[in-house]
Amino acid sequence: MTTLTDPPKASFRLSMLINDTRYRSLTFQAIAAVALALAFVYLGNNLMQNLRAAGLNISYSFLGDQAGYDINQRLIEYDSQSTHARAALVGILNTLLVAFLACITATIFGVVAGVLRLSNNWIISKLMAVYVEIFRNIPVLIWIIIIFTIMTAVMPGPREFKGDNATSSMFLDLVAFTNRGVYIPMPFFENGLFGNAALNWVLVLLVAMGSWYATRKANARAAEVQAETGIRPNTFWTNLAIWLAPFIALMFIMGLSWEVPALKGFNFKGGIKVGGSLIALWFALSIYTGAFIAENVRAGIQAVSKGQTEAAAALGLRPRRVMNLVVLPQALRVIIPPLISQYLNITKNSSLAILVGYADVTATLGGITLNQTGRAIECVLLLMLFYLTASLLISMAMNVYNASVKLKER
Amino acid sequence: MKKSVFFGALTVAGLAAGAAAAGTLDDVKARGKLNCGVTTGLVGFAAPDANGEWMGFDVGVCRAVAAAVLGDPKAVEFVPTTGKTRFTALASGEIDMLARNTTWTFSRDVDLKFTFVGVNYYDGQGFMVPKDLGVSSAKELDGATVCIQTGTTTELNLADFFRSNNISYEPVPIETNAEAQQQYLAGACDVYTTDASGLAATRATFEDPAGHVLLPEIISKEPLGPLVRHGDDNWGDVVRWSLNALITAEELGVTSANIGEMAAGTNNPEVNRLLGTEGTLGEMLGLDAGWAKAAIMAGGNYGELFEGNIGEATPIGLARGLNAQWTNGGLIYSPPFR
Repeated sequence: MTTLTDPPKASFRLSMLINDTRYRSLTFQAIAAVALALAFVYLGNNLMQNLRAAGLNISYSFLGDQAGYDINQRLIEYDSQSTHARAALVGILNTLLVAFLACITATIFGVVAGVLRLSNNWIISKLMAVYVEIFRNIPVLIWIIIIFTIMTAVMPGPREFKGDNATSSMFLDLVAFTNRGVYIPMPFFENGLFGNAALNWVLVLLVAMGSWYATRKANARAAEVQAETGIRPNTFWTNLAIWLAPFIALMFIMGLSWEVPALKGFNFKGGIKVGGSLIALWFALSIYTGAFIAENVRAGIQAVSKGQTEAAAALGLRPRRVMNLVVLPQALRVIIPPLISQYLNITKNSSLAILVGYADVTATLGGITLNQTGRAIECVLLLMLFYLTASLLISMAMNVYNASVKLKER
Repeated sequence: MKKSVFFGALTVAGLAAGAAAAGTLDDVKARGKLNCGVTTGLVGFAAPDANGEWMGFDVGVCRAVAAAVLGDPKAVEFVPTTGKTRFTALASGEIDMLARNTTWTFSRDVDLKFTFVGVNYYDGQGFMVPKDLGVSSAKELDGATVCIQTGTTTELNLADFFRSNNISYEPVPIETNAEAQQQYLAGACDVYTTDASGLAATRATFEDPAGHVLLPEIISKEPLGPLVRHGDDNWGDVVRWSLNALITAEELGVTSANIGEMAAGTNNPEVNRLLGTEGTLGEMLGLDAGWAKAAIMAGGNYGELFEGNIGEATPIGLARGLNAQWTNGGLIYSPPFR
């Protein structure tokens, strides 16, 4: 026979919130949270009251008003009749464009410089050390101004391309380098399958994606064969054919042509203009942040134990393959987290764009719109919201990537 | 210790809040200093000289108001403001008045809730091009690249002008005058546009001023003047009539040189009313009888301020033009002192 004794009933008394160590910390945390919330409510209320007293009513209706100013670089349709909200959107796209371009080139500069800094070649490693030290120790603001000033001073103006005894001429008669920007030929389709040019480009994109999928299949097949027989069939020529044949056929059918820029009046017309301010900002941001990324890469590589390199070398891998196949994949785990903050820095530093007249969101929404409407608080709040959102999205994307390359622990 | 600092800060904040509720005039008197918003530096209008002393045409207005209210033209705290910060600074009460070549527009007056007390400089937006460009009218500028100082009304005027003439252009927004000048001289833009007075001032600093021409078109009206917050009419009157006192003084021939003998009494009743020997105009404003005399003595009358800071004898070299007295065919006109 067994006797069952009930465990003592857990009766909860209010005093346990203070006296019982199980609940005490929760109690204090709850109190702190409420106090913090109240403090914020008080501050917010105070702000609103003071703004009202100063006659500053917060209103975002100005975003729907006509902007009235022009922007030189527009990725979407915009003219002076458009609204302030659209001007802000043009600025946002310009910010994202330069941030995206700069992130890519900064990574390339950084990885190359970081790897070369560890080179056994004395001159190369010292050159890279000089690059890193010079560029990361001078403010990016100054680099932007230096590069822009040199560009406008050294490159010829459009006027110098004019006349019979012109002092400048177009590169290969296709590309014009001027102090206002670089004009490159623009591809277009003479007899596109759709009336809309954008749809034709979508078609090109679809074909490229199809080719990519097909090459993946071909590579997978090759891997299967290799697993079975131990001999990997050469896929280079089939892959090349898969990429080029449909592409060339499509271009031929749609009649690919190039619109070459030509000097008309004050400026070059036609083609694609890559503005001087975009180039200066892009280059300055990439080369500046590249120096930081180089240090991250160097740190990452040096964090991989020397035994890995020696083991790989003992297996007979050549130095380049040791770096690409063994060291860099392991170094990525160390490199990626600080790389995220470098990407965030690029995005935030791009707000210096107005310095060279690049119409980013700080220049449109936080500059001209703010001035024309006088809505300083609203504009600055919107700017903060945009940069916060953009930064959080970038770090989210990079964290996903980081999770995919980090050491898998099971 | 921490607690006492906190309560001290609270007390100060409370006092400041209490003071803000009273009139601006009383604030300024109690403080013993006028907080005047000016540019961060535009030679001729407002810029610190080699000794760090603020000089210029707009500075002269600040000093005149300080002299009228406090009797001391030096009792001014100059607050440099940018195109972006100027309106917030005024609306928040950080400054008592703004004298920063600010264009009087409808939306600034009505929507932003400011009171423009008058006009101290009539300006207009113009274009400057290199002579060898061979352009004689702004209407020939189709497709040109235009350097433009950002954060001003000039951007809107430019867009309107090109749209109404059905021609295209490419704007290059530049933050400061110095940078715009460099871009223009390097040929990165074909045209430089800003207020005509600014163009003249900029061209005067070029190595070869004769190689650049100002196009005949003036595409906008830019009446520049001092402004105060809405809702304190008494203070607005003080600033308005201090400016008017300078203008009237020039019209009546009262200068900083002869004001001593004029103030002793003349047979012109309007001069007497202005200088406080007749009537009670100062009392009506809540100031001393000698308020206008002090304002004029601060830097001279309107004409003296103009000639001394931006006139033809200075490097800026601006002619009076629209800014001559109405008796000389200009627009400068003050309501009567009676």
